[in-house]
Amino acid sequence: MTQSVTKTNLTMLKKLLIFTVVMFGFGYALVPMYEKFCEVTGINNLLQPDTVDKNIKVDTTRLIALEFDANVRGLPWQFRPLQSNAKIHPGESIEIMYEIRNDSDHKLSAQAIPSYSPRFLEKHLKKFECFCFTKQTLEPGEVRQMPVKFVIDPQLPADIGTVTISYTFFSLETGK
Amino acid sequence: MAVVQDVHGHHDHHPTGIMRWVAATNHKDIGTMYLWFSFSMFLVGGFLAMGIRAELFMPGIQILEPELFNSFTTLHGLIMVFGAIMPAFVGLANWQVPLMVGAPDMAFARMNNWSFWLLPVAGLLLVSSFFVPGGAAAGGWTFYPPLSTQGGIGVDMMIFAIHILGASSIMGAINIITTILNMRAPGMTLMKMPLFVWTWLITAYLLVLAMPVLAGVVTMLLTDRHFGTSFFNAAGGGDPVLFQHIFWFFGHPEVYIMILPAFGIVSEIIPTFARKPLFGYSSMVYATASIAILSCVVWAHHMFTVGMPTVGQLFFMYATMLIAVPTGVKVFNWTATMWRGSMTFETPMLFAIGFIFLFVIGGFSGVICAIVPIDIQVQDTYYVIAHFHYVLVSGALFSIFGAVYYWLPKWTGRMYDEKLGKLHFWLSMIFFNMAFFVQHFLGLAGMPRRIPDYSLQFADFNMISSIGAFGFGLTQLLFLYIVIKCIRSGEKAADKQWEGATTLEWTALPSPAPYHSFETPPVLK
Repeated sequence: MTQSVTKTNLTMLKKLLIFTVVMFGFGYALVPMYEKFCEVTGINNLLQPDTVDKNIKVDTTRLIALEFDANVRGLPWQFRPLQSNAKIHPGESIEIMYEIRNDSDHKLSAQAIPSYSPRFLEKHLKKFECFCFTKQTLEPGEVRQMPVKFVIDPQLPADIGTVTISYTFFSLETGK
Repeated sequence: MAVVQDVHGHHDHHPTGIMRWVAATNHKDIGTMYLWFSFSMFLVGGFLAMGIRAELFMPGIQILEPELFNSFTTLHGLIMVFGAIMPAFVGLANWQVPLMVGAPDMAFARMNNWSFWLLPVAGLLLVSSFFVPGGAAAGGWTFYPPLSTQGGIGVDMMIFAIHILGASSIMGAINIITTILNMRAPGMTLMKMPLFVWTWLITAYLLVLAMPVLAGVVTMLLTDRHFGTSFFNAAGGGDPVLFQHIFWFFGHPEVYIMILPAFGIVSEIIPTFARKPLFGYSSMVYATASIAILSCVVWAHHMFTVGMPTVGQLFFMYATMLIAVPTGVKVFNWTATMWRGSMTFETPMLFAIGFIFLFVIGGFSGVICAIVPIDIQVQDTYYVIAHFHYVLVSGALFSIFGAVYYWLPKWTGRMYDEKLGKLHFWLSMIFFNMAFFVQHFLGLAGMPRRIPDYSLQFADFNMISSIGAFGFGLTQLLFLYIVIKCIRSGEKAADKQWEGATTLEWTALPSPAPYHSFETPPVLK
């Protein structure tokens, strides 16, 4: 191999290695891109507050029965809603309080993930405020009450009379 | 192609003993090691496939516990993709690219040694993960979270093996690109390169594009498992669907990484045995490049049932169906090359024609799977298994068999047994179709993949499929016998064993190819 070929080969090697590193970075860049994409298209926005049309009409002809559920996964916490059910008209806003208590002897962080029944309730449930949008950190023995504020829009199909709103706290500690 | 080349044997000394292989920098030695390594991994992956088919021979759980069955399907996929098919193509590239472009060796000989010797380490990690507590990874070869964030140390071994395999492939690809772009013989312009070299150039670019993304996604998985990140953990604000997007951003180019070199091989074999130049050479090059580019924008067709906006489904559906156009150009060109050619049907040609025939079936079932409403029905059924085995076994693997038969006389200086070669082809052909054609029916009838048991109505087709798979597995031992027989006692091969061959390794070099070839580059007139 002549000297000049060796040199051009090494230049090529450098370029391709840089490209490889860039593509490795691109894999990571897909994470914020995906989040941005979901935010723009409104897919998967479980963790953002909703906005609601001010002129939303309260449909007084219907009453929806709400059931509240609370679970804890892998955490020494107590978690419960202060009321287990309620009845509201579609379009009417309601605030429900939940309570968490850290029963362990050390500081712990966790975050709640919502889930709904029926599943498509997500489309009709507009949350203005929710403790699930942020990480919750509790000192040992600390008790905290947190509100969820929402409306159910009147577009909810007529055959739905009862809905369940459930939250599960998952630990955010490493290695749990 | 007329070539002036003085062939002299006085450089034909080489290191002996084990160090010849451990410290190998010669592209032929490294190519040979790649091929033997991939064949041994092919046997390991084949053993796992036999286990799967034995369990599915009858309804009920007979041989494998469900957990072990899951490990078998997972490791079968990983070992065949990363251990057998990819290294076999890299091995062929190592042997053939320098010979076909008239270069003395690969561009970075030491890096070449390193990229080979990483492979056995990764292979060992994958195989030994069966024997650690918790067993081998069992979440499917695509290792979707949350299954892959839950498994035991076997999953970590798999992640580490994938890192190593990725590094090896990237180094191999860089080597191939540099060799092709910088070290061609004078007079060999890009558009005069043999098509095998062209397809490998494009494949190598896909490798450096896609493999780092795979390395990234398995790194994210690793940090999710052990270092408290939440890329794919919904509870920490991540999203398991994100994994699938990043994985398939790698995964779809990956399937073309496994088929483009096959296109190149077939494009060498068909003109040789039809004794006509390849029809539409430049359209072949452009078709290969278009397939490679399209392959980067179709990944979400693996995820139609995961949930995405209709616009997204339509885009990925149309983009996927578009790939059929350049692929159709290729199939047309191969057929047109054979048209009115003076064809003979030696073993390589049989495998090449078998490839075209069966790959087209796999291609058509691919177009069917691309249609969203149908895909929602057949997702994760045996229809998909049938589809990708038609493109990977009768596509990639058949082309590798064809390539080995085609170039064995050049590599060893001896001829393989033509009768046995043809027997190998026909047995493979019959048993392959027996094993996989019926899986289309199973899939359409709703049999799910990756499940060790099935309902009674699937029993007959599964038994046929298992018998075909056992036959196909045994047939490959015949292949091993043919290759060993050829190396030990084959008849002496001519320098230009195939009269229709036009590429440099046949026209400018003796058989076997000398240990050091093209130290002075050949001159193409």
